[in-house]
Amino acid sequence: MAATEQAPPGYEKYYVPDSSSLAVRATAGLLLTVFGGGLVLNNMTFGETHEAGHAKWVLFLGLAFFIVTLASWFRTTIKENMQGMNSAQLSHSYVLGMFWFIFSEVMFFAAFFGTLFYVRQLAGPWLSGEGEAGRMNDLLWPGFEFSWPPAITPQEAVGGTDAQPIANNGAFVTQDRSMSFADAHHWYQWLPMWNTLVLLSSSFTVHVAHTALLNDERARFNRWLGITVALGIIFVALQAAEYYEAYAHFGLTLNSGIYGSTFFMLTGFHGFHVAMGMTMLLVQLIRSVKGHHFTASDHFGFEASSWYWHFVDVVWVFLFLFVYII
Amino acid sequence: MGAHHHGPAKGITRWLFTTNHKDIGTMYLWFSFAMFILGGAFAMVIRAELFQPGMQLVEPGFFNQMTTLHGLVMVFGAIMPSFVGLANWLIPMMIGAPDMALPRMNNWSFWILPPGFLMLASTLFMEGGAPAFGWTFYAPLSTTYAPPSVTFFIFAIHVLGMSSIMGSINIIATVMNMRAPGMSYMKLPLFVWTWLITAFLLVAVMPVLAGAVTMMLMDIHFGTSFFSAAGGGDPVLFQHIFWFFGHPEVYIIILPAFGVVSQIIPAFSRKPLFGYASMVYATASIAFLSFIVWAHHMYTVGMPVAGELYFMYATMLIAVPTGVKVFNWISTMWRGALSFETPMLFAIGFLVLFTIGGFTGLMLSIAPADFQYHDTYFVVAHFHYVMVAGAVFSMTAAVYFWLPKWTGRMYNETMGKVHFWVSFVGFNITFFPQHFVGLAGMPRRVPDYALQFADFNMMSSIGAFVYGASQILFLYNVVATIVAGAKVSDEKVWDGAEGLEWTVPTPAPYHTFEVPPKVDAAPAYI
Repeated sequence: MAATEQAPPGYEKYYVPDSSSLAVRATAGLLLTVFGGGLVLNNMTFGETHEAGHAKWVLFLGLAFFIVTLASWFRTTIKENMQGMNSAQLSHSYVLGMFWFIFSEVMFFAAFFGTLFYVRQLAGPWLSGEGEAGRMNDLLWPGFEFSWPPAITPQEAVGGTDAQPIANNGAFVTQDRSMSFADAHHWYQWLPMWNTLVLLSSSFTVHVAHTALLNDERARFNRWLGITVALGIIFVALQAAEYYEAYAHFGLTLNSGIYGSTFFMLTGFHGFHVAMGMTMLLVQLIRSVKGHHFTASDHFGFEASSWYWHFVDVVWVFLFLFVYII
Repeated sequence: MGAHHHGPAKGITRWLFTTNHKDIGTMYLWFSFAMFILGGAFAMVIRAELFQPGMQLVEPGFFNQMTTLHGLVMVFGAIMPSFVGLANWLIPMMIGAPDMALPRMNNWSFWILPPGFLMLASTLFMEGGAPAFGWTFYAPLSTTYAPPSVTFFIFAIHVLGMSSIMGSINIIATVMNMRAPGMSYMKLPLFVWTWLITAFLLVAVMPVLAGAVTMMLMDIHFGTSFFSAAGGGDPVLFQHIFWFFGHPEVYIIILPAFGVVSQIIPAFSRKPLFGYASMVYATASIAFLSFIVWAHHMYTVGMPVAGELYFMYATMLIAVPTGVKVFNWISTMWRGALSFETPMLFAIGFLVLFTIGGFTGLMLSIAPADFQYHDTYFVVAHFHYVMVAGAVFSMTAAVYFWLPKWTGRMYNETMGKVHFWVSFVGFNITFFPQHFVGLAGMPRRVPDYALQFADFNMMSSIGAFVYGASQILFLYNVVATIVAGAKVSDEKVWDGAEGLEWTVPTPAPYHTFEVPPKVDAAPAYI
């Protein structure tokens, strides 16, 4: 192996940033956020219970500080890029970073989809007495019949919280109506279908925007990106309407047993990710309109946001299939 | 853009604001050593209580907090960050890169850890005490019956997971993107290979753990029923999700250790590593298998027989690539010009003791036999042979091996050898008897035990105190080396050491490979 001092041909210097306070500031924001969040959830302030503690201010302060820090972090990287510090090699590091970040998000959702499959295929039937693992049904949950969406929780099947004292960490009351297609009155009143249309078209519009940018058609890019952001907002609004319906008219809450748990966990985290992706795209839109950022060959901020957007779209397709249809 | 040929900044801001992979590596290493001492202190409390049968020193509830925090601190605070520190120091130097791919995020990955662990440790002083449900935090112990501090435990896991994911993304981006010209994948030093695969495992499973603790949080505070059968969920579901994370996690801990040993054994055998390509493939196979064997931790929860059989056979398969590795290390030493400096002693100690841990793992993989071993001290003995004699021994070997390169000073060889022998003997006195009490039926995580286990437990406790004390010697040796060790200026330090990190001056300058080297022929270590 020969190590030479001669720079190889085609070599560009890799920009290593100088020391920076961003990481420590982000840490302070993040840790205040989770510590404040923990205090709020435990309804206590430093070990003492208060009805109206100051804990929420720790949470809000931390969160605000965290968001401001992240914003200034992104500002810094954008500035560096515009000053021409990013070699092609460094840009590729950002590409890899975004790709593996999205992969980690896929695995995060995999945990909840795995939960859904496990409950529907294995745990549910076992609770109602099927198979070897269901042998205890007569003793634990006699009379419980499993179906999806569930018509009853095991707790209700045996007569409420007092009837079966094992592991009752709350009262679980089945929903009156589920969000499944089977429970929809009219297909055109079924929100998830409209949501699917909205989100699938937004994946299309963001692609059109990308094509416009590649062709250097700035106005067209802004227009289609704006439409994408608007569709994102519509999606989140429809999702909010669906949650309102669930709580107000369907009796479907977080306490509705495993159907409510999986429904809100999957759609809730997805909705949160849509809101994140929408914010990312909105920032790119503002950058393009106000700052005239991006060129046909250099627009990673937009590209990464659009990958994220396609990712939430794909997650939705699976959600639509496994949560709403099947 | 600042000047790049300057040294480090002065004062505390050097460490707070640094973007330098060597600084960050150093911080990771010191932090992990501090956690090693903290987790070790918890272990000493456990062993002191178990010194004699009967309740002696601590309340049973506090004993449970100790076993829980010992496991959490050692896994997430000591072993994992120590190997990340090693990765930070070595990967850029081994592949000829100027730094890690994303230096500011690298700093953030580190700085999340200390306050995260402060939050975890602060649960000891909270109402209801620290988490006491074991480091595996099975529901419903960790949900329905958990102390209020569990909320902070959950958030601590979240932030530690963020740190791991960002650290791993950085390592993947560095290895995939920053290799010097000519440094193709099959020329990477094995330590880099094992870390690349480890980083992939981390990115794949840490989010799953985040999902698991998020579901716990929802069950505890928002009335969902993921892990409650009363609402249609299943506590066993928690175990499945946890071990889908947990089994890859144990390879996350051991694969970088494999990498370290694969660097050290060739150096002191003065021979290239035997079977380089098969080592790479074996590592990848172990990583793949780690995703499909998780339920062997759960043989006794009442899975269908088909599941038990599948997980049993799949688990046994792991012995094949692991056997390839052990065979290759031994073959590397075969007819080598061996010398036994401290790093080599720890590497050989690793080889012998890890193999014992591997064999007990094979015993545990046999489902019908596991019904007897499950949750006994046999399991405790097994995983300490792989975690301590595996991961910690190889980490110790790594420190002795690269410390002269990092500091430009040589450690005290006699003290290093004493450290090895005291550690080796202390470790075996601690954990070998635990095989016997485990096979005889002594359950783990219980502060009291039947009288027939008394002698072996006393032995175990004495061994633990000896092993613990020997780490003070280690600390002293390292500090003494940094402050006043004999100067080394030879670039290679060890005559048999091969690789790019041994081509830079000793001590390694603050910035290395700002211009990438050209790697032409096959490196000497292949």
